[in-house]
Amino acid sequence: MPWKKKDEILHDHNHDGIDRRGFLKCMAWAGTGAYCVMSGGVLKSYSLSRLSEMNPAAAKGELSFVQISDSHMGFNKPANPDVAGTLKAAVDKINALQAAPEFLLHTGDISHLSKPEEFDTVDQILKGASAKDVFFVPGEHDVLNDDGKQYLERYGKNAKGEGWYSFDKKGVHFVGLVNVLNLKAGGLGTLGHEQLEWLEDDVKHLKHSTPIVVFAHIPLWSVYPEWGWGTEDSAQALAYLKQFGSVTVLNGHIHQTMQKVEGNVTFHTAASTAFPQPQPGKADSPGPMKVPAEQLRSILGITDVNYVQGQHALAVVDSSLA
Amino acid sequence: MRKVLLVLSLAVITVAGLALIPTKQQAVQASTQATQAATAEVKIDNFSFGPAALTVAGGTTVTWVNHDDIPHTVVSTDGLFKSKVIDTDEKFSFTFTKAGTFPYFCGIHPKMTGKVVVQ
Repeated sequence: MPWKKKDEILHDHNHDGIDRRGFLKCMAWAGTGAYCVMSGGVLKSYSLSRLSEMNPAAAKGELSFVQISDSHMGFNKPANPDVAGTLKAAVDKINALQAAPEFLLHTGDISHLSKPEEFDTVDQILKGASAKDVFFVPGEHDVLNDDGKQYLERYGKNAKGEGWYSFDKKGVHFVGLVNVLNLKAGGLGTLGHEQLEWLEDDVKHLKHSTPIVVFAHIPLWSVYPEWGWGTEDSAQALAYLKQFGSVTVLNGHIHQTMQKVEGNVTFHTAASTAFPQPQPGKADSPGPMKVPAEQLRSILGITDVNYVQGQHALAVVDSSLA
Repeated sequence: MRKVLLVLSLAVITVAGLALIPTKQQAVQASTQATQAATAEVKIDNFSFGPAALTVAGGTTVTWVNHDDIPHTVVSTDGLFKSKVIDTDEKFSFTFTKAGTFPYFCGIHPKMTGKVVVQ
């Protein structure tokens, strides 16, 4: 993290006493993401912002990957005028991990306005990451104007339908779902009949002991429906996963970390690499939040460890990563 | 209201008739009248449409202006109109010719809804 080494202003282009490095330093949440470790069929999630406090032995497992989300490339409002810089900061943190992650998951809102150059910039920055494979799902900002055609061409060549797919890594079954298309007036995120049928079929033949990781942009649980933070037909999707002992659901969209355990399912949302959004109901609207740097640490970037024991028995351990 | 509309239409026809032998002043007046009578604005602010219910006369052009830091869209629930993405300070306009109630929503944030009532 080079901006920690020097405090002097190096490039003050706007003559406001802040250079890009200084700006990044101010933002405690810059470079946020979640480092996920699958150990004994159980997924643990750590905030990238706090990895320096982590005991390296705690991060050992059969599979590790990093979830990043909501990079909103192209956003340039005061809440964060340098979203490329904060995404690069996340990549720096990924590259500083002692155990390199197997791959990256990006849970959507790659771009801010679905512009080709915004996707290009993200692709270029992510090329600098130690993990070369990146698995995407689209956010609503990635499918503007063309119902996701460009997204599919770029990221969904091997996907089914409107971009959903699954893959296996070291015995873990990963499922990427699309819940940002065909949204109805007054409604929430939607998976739709075709995708739900595909999901039912996709997991039907798996052993019930197979750890499952489902990732999608909009939360698959009702975080705050008043702001559209939920998915209409997620209950049906989760019903197909009921028989599995270990299910982890990873989402983005709400630009803050949140966790919940329900039966055999652990839900996580990741912070945005771009800008924070208010806690549910704590503001008039879910728009970008401008907060003083010293407050940001208490608002974002702290992901506790969730530990879920397989086979219907459940244990949850919250840890401060110390 | 119908009478007013009739008078207005007559006025427009008259002005149009006069326009056959136009003076510069009359032409300016006519275009000013038409503009005043036939536009309305909906502000997009804080993830909501204001006013959420707008009543206009037939032929009115409604313009949505986005004042949020986040892009929105305006999508007719019945498929009558659909904007491209409207970024900060950008606008989208649609001219309502038929009478009726036209509900719409933001295709990105579907919790945002509104309607235009055309008389």
